[in-house]
Amino acid sequence: MADLFTIPVLLGILYSGIRLATPYLYASIGETFAQVSGVLNLGVEGMMLMGAFAGFFVAMKTESLALGLLAAALTGMLMGLLMAVVSVTLQAEQGISGIGLALFGLGLSSLLFKRTMGGVESISGFAPVKIPLLGDIPYLGDALFNHSLVVYGAFLLVPVAAFVLNKTTLGLKIRAAGQNPEAADSLGVSVNRIRYFTVCLGGMLAGIGGASLSIALINLFQENMTNGIGYIAVALVYFGGWRPSGVLAGALLFSFVNALQLWIQVKGINLPSDVAIMLPYILTILALAFAVRRARQPAALTKPFERGEN
Amino acid sequence: MEHLWNAPAVTGFKKTLNQSFEAVLPILAVPLALLIGAVILLFLKVNPLTAYASMLNGAFGSLSGTTQTLVKATPLLLVGLGVTIAFRGGVINIGGEGQLIAGALAATALSVSLPDVPGLILLPLSLLAGVLAGAVWGGIPGVLKARLGVNEILTTVMMNSIAIQLANFLLRGPLIDPAEIAAGTRIAQSALLPHQVWLARLIPRTLLHAGAILAVVLAILVFIFLWRTTIGYRIRAVGLNAAAARYAGIRVSLYQALSLTLGGAFAGLAGAVEVMGVGHRMMEGISSGYGFTGIVAALFGQLHPLGAIPASVIFGGLLVGADKMQRTVQVPSALVNTLLGLIVLFVVSSAIWARRRARRRETRG
Repeated sequence: MADLFTIPVLLGILYSGIRLATPYLYASIGETFAQVSGVLNLGVEGMMLMGAFAGFFVAMKTESLALGLLAAALTGMLMGLLMAVVSVTLQAEQGISGIGLALFGLGLSSLLFKRTMGGVESISGFAPVKIPLLGDIPYLGDALFNHSLVVYGAFLLVPVAAFVLNKTTLGLKIRAAGQNPEAADSLGVSVNRIRYFTVCLGGMLAGIGGASLSIALINLFQENMTNGIGYIAVALVYFGGWRPSGVLAGALLFSFVNALQLWIQVKGINLPSDVAIMLPYILTILALAFAVRRARQPAALTKPFERGEN
Repeated sequence: MEHLWNAPAVTGFKKTLNQSFEAVLPILAVPLALLIGAVILLFLKVNPLTAYASMLNGAFGSLSGTTQTLVKATPLLLVGLGVTIAFRGGVINIGGEGQLIAGALAATALSVSLPDVPGLILLPLSLLAGVLAGAVWGGIPGVLKARLGVNEILTTVMMNSIAIQLANFLLRGPLIDPAEIAAGTRIAQSALLPHQVWLARLIPRTLLHAGAILAVVLAILVFIFLWRTTIGYRIRAVGLNAAAARYAGIRVSLYQALSLTLGGAFAGLAGAVEVMGVGHRMMEGISSGYGFTGIVAALFGQLHPLGAIPASVIFGGLLVGADKMQRTVQVPSALVNTLLGLIVLFVVSSAIWARRRARRRETRG
């Protein structure tokens, strides 16, 4: 164990931990918006996969990473729109419709990948951008301030989301739609329009989160490459108590355990890799069991809203 | 117009019409999904008719195809029964995949370590090991929900990932076939199970095994359990209206935990039956998505144990047909997940019409 705690290894863990948090952050912050407005979208996994494929495919064909990112955002948004139609307008049971969306995204992204590309190809993704001054801090500079724009964007998203949710009229409407839709409706807030907005926004961010894997972190597309990240992203929203800052804490905890696990393997420490990969999931269950603050849960979460009842 | 529809003279006819509409609506999900699938295929420059024809032919066109379909339908039905019990109890069990793997691991570990015990004892014991392991895998989310209010959707999903890694670990370590180590190939699979636990083959030279009959019998038993016993009644009461059930003195959290545990037990049995009936050994990827496809089968069977029987045959056929399609006309079998996802979306969306009509009936008294 001793050689795990040397400065280069710890910095390595810090660097990978920051990187690995990226897809979780995009997806979880997006899901936070949806859940705060009262919609549990369990289809994040499918949205991320579609975003990952669209981002990679467009970036490869056009040789423009920006267009790839845009395509991922739009694809994710369309997936969000599909989810919104099903769970907001058609009022479907949200836990199940999400599974449908996840299966659909998994199947369609694999189908498109196999028919259009066939084999795994890689591209050169977003390059790291060193932040002036901060990036020159000895040791920490490289670990913290030498990442790609996509990574910075994920962390920037947290305060922006917190501001929008807590300090703006839009945020107030979103929270009202999730907390007390009848009251919100009587005050002239269109609950379902708000929910369409948040679910589409969540889809867009999940799409970007998927693309952060395929064109910024791993730089290739594989079938089912998210491998459960989308589900963990949903769990992180519960873990974070429906607040962006809590989601950030959860995403970092998760990504650091993951980074630690990777380094344990790199260092050849005698822990079977399968057991190491298991750790983050066990951690998530424990975190859900002991950190759940149910009082914060939006009162109308998973409950469809219909006007003119009662 | 409204009051005309409600005139006594047409009530009987209208009622039948409504009921058949409600019953038919979810069934339309399959042709609708196939239609959208056809559009996607056209977009990918594949002739959808060729693709679907090869699928249908693969699934039901020959004795080996049909028996394969039934072989795949068996775990789907067992998982679907577990999902049905959980959903009827108002809890969502997405952990079929992990519960199935846990059951398969337990049945394998037990029977491989007791090769000299006669089949009359070892076979039921191995099935029971699968049931218990699945029950534990489903029971953990159940207890967490009952005791701490932890969302069962998330925990069952996490338990899936843990089971997959556990299987990878065991099949590369403690459970690996000694022959694989001796040969140096180290393929991640267990030793062959002792012959006395192999389930009987129903038709010679096919894979169809006695597990299929077991699954159908259990479907009937689950129907009796849910609709003819007190515990079953309470499970359904909790699922229909938890607040009312609590008011009636039913311990809601206990019955939610119970329905998740029972759900896990059925998926665990599916895993045991799969290793004992098909490959006779545990290997990686034993489930290949049965846990999720079983959910689709349960939903499509209208969360009715008997409805799950034809539903699992349809989806078993879809899985077998897709393999054939991939081999003969080179359409990736990933099309199946696309179709399954669409079917789920359509089935859950169609529930709105039934609910609306029920509400209208209520308000009119």
